[in-house]
Amino acid sequence: MTALSAGWRKARKIRAVVVSGGTLLLIVVIALLGPLLSSHGYLDTDFDRILRSPGVTGLQFFGTDDLGRDLFVRTLRGTQVTLLVAVVASIVSLVIGVLYGAVAGFVGGRVDAVMMRLVDTLYALPFIFFVILLMVVFERNFLLIFVAIGAINWLDMARIVRGQTLSLREREFVAAARLTGVSTPRIILRHIAPNLMGVVVVYVTLTIPQAILVESFLSFLGLGIQEPQTSLGALVDAGVNQMEGAAWMLLIPASLLALILLCFNFLGDGLRDLFDARHKS
Amino acid sequence: MLRYALLRLLGAIPTLMLVIVLAFLMVRAAPGGPFDAERVLPAEIEANIARAYHLDEPLHQQFLRYVSGVVRGDLGPSYRYRDHTVGELIGSAFPLSLQLGAMAMALAIVVGVAAGTIAALRQGSGIDRIVMALAMTGISIPVFVIAPVLVLFLAVKLQWLPAGWSGNAGGLRLLLPVISLALPQIAYIARLTRASMIEVLASDFVRTARAQGLGTFAIVRYHALKPAMLPVLSYMGPAIAAVLTGSVVVEEIFGIPGLGQFFIRGALNRDYTLVLGIVVFYATLVILLNLVVDILYGVIDPRIRQR
Repeated sequence: MTALSAGWRKARKIRAVVVSGGTLLLIVVIALLGPLLSSHGYLDTDFDRILRSPGVTGLQFFGTDDLGRDLFVRTLRGTQVTLLVAVVASIVSLVIGVLYGAVAGFVGGRVDAVMMRLVDTLYALPFIFFVILLMVVFERNFLLIFVAIGAINWLDMARIVRGQTLSLREREFVAAARLTGVSTPRIILRHIAPNLMGVVVVYVTLTIPQAILVESFLSFLGLGIQEPQTSLGALVDAGVNQMEGAAWMLLIPASLLALILLCFNFLGDGLRDLFDARHKS
Repeated sequence: MLRYALLRLLGAIPTLMLVIVLAFLMVRAAPGGPFDAERVLPAEIEANIARAYHLDEPLHQQFLRYVSGVVRGDLGPSYRYRDHTVGELIGSAFPLSLQLGAMAMALAIVVGVAAGTIAALRQGSGIDRIVMALAMTGISIPVFVIAPVLVLFLAVKLQWLPAGWSGNAGGLRLLLPVISLALPQIAYIARLTRASMIEVLASDFVRTARAQGLGTFAIVRYHALKPAMLPVLSYMGPAIAAVLTGSVVVEEIFGIPGLGQFFIRGALNRDYTLVLGIVVFYATLVILLNLVVDILYGVIDPRIRQR
């Protein structure tokens, strides 16, 4: 590949990152501000206005659902919940993944082999079924959804962090820290972990869409976010039940969910290609 | 080769045990019992129920009872479908899910490999970019969004295909579920195939073949395809898990009476033994299929066997 075409590729990647990042930012701003500007609440039912199609009457741009609730506000509320769950779950998976990967990579040897063997083993499991089992056993609550999703998404992070740590621990500043008598846990926390942040940030943008997928999957099946609370997955589920008469109830949340996932994937892909030199696509 | 396969098989046993222990403990850690009803039952009746389901035994004994049952293929009675064992329920519902999943996987491999190969041969062209953009879309959009939208347009609006399961017969009612289930996998496989095909096509033996005057089709068919399939093959494990998960959604949307439906019904009804049994069954299935993939990998690539 010539330098020119490589530069051209890079420029295209940068454009993809800017466009998808900008779109996401816009969605977040609208999701946060939109409900404040509307006169409808996301829980307000209005039985005189059931299943109205999208239009400007009453300023209900996305129409109403089968209980007469305003779908514009409800969709934005659902977006808020979906994004919140995804971000918190990603932080959970980040903490577990970084600590696990850093310890395995730094300690190395037999410990590393056993820890990574466990990750390989867990990889092979259909985790979503365990999450559903968890949801059945402990009543469906908000907190559990965060933890469950975070707990299944840390595997990738652990692998990547381990690889990075393996190369970091050979560096001079780690040797210097060790020479001056800094303890292993402290080296991992103060010297290794901060140097992992670059690669971690890139991979978090790829973890968030996975978390969104799990949350909306559970909510779609009725095992995640419960009525009258809502999320994009729950809205798609409600839309499926009404799609013959009210296609907008399906199409609006479905396309918003698709757009968000697409943007996160483009953003993550682009960032990875730009900043993670070891990954060649 | 046999040694390699046996080693792999032995390696799968601890994983299976881990699954059973995890799943069993999760269910037993549940606050409240499965038979907690709104109506307060007399203590003797509760004790009788507990005895009938061996819930009065200490935990380790219950666990041993369950494991020895699983080893013999007995997953216990269902708490909700009173007249059936979990094994019977799985046996009656699984064939349909298997058919659905197998068809989706076959479709995904054929279409994904073909699309990926074409994109790799025309790297940087319009076709390549279209395939890659479609693949990115397919990866991003979940099954439970694709499936209802396909139903809305192809079944409800255009009425080309049946939307549901009951009341329709023949292969046509399978078409939409199989396509919805296959689409994300087509996207993944196309991306993997393209990346590895590009690498293989740049290798020396392909250049030699080209220098000898071999046509593009012959090069791909006889030289490039097999090595390029290795990454796709190693993706088969995750793909199988994804199809099983997707099948739950697809069965729900199309009203297909497969195992996924039982699983969701069981989950919503808090039928502990049924959900536990299906989780153990699915996990075993995924582990065994991963084993098959591993062994196939060794068959195709002799370098793996050496290790």
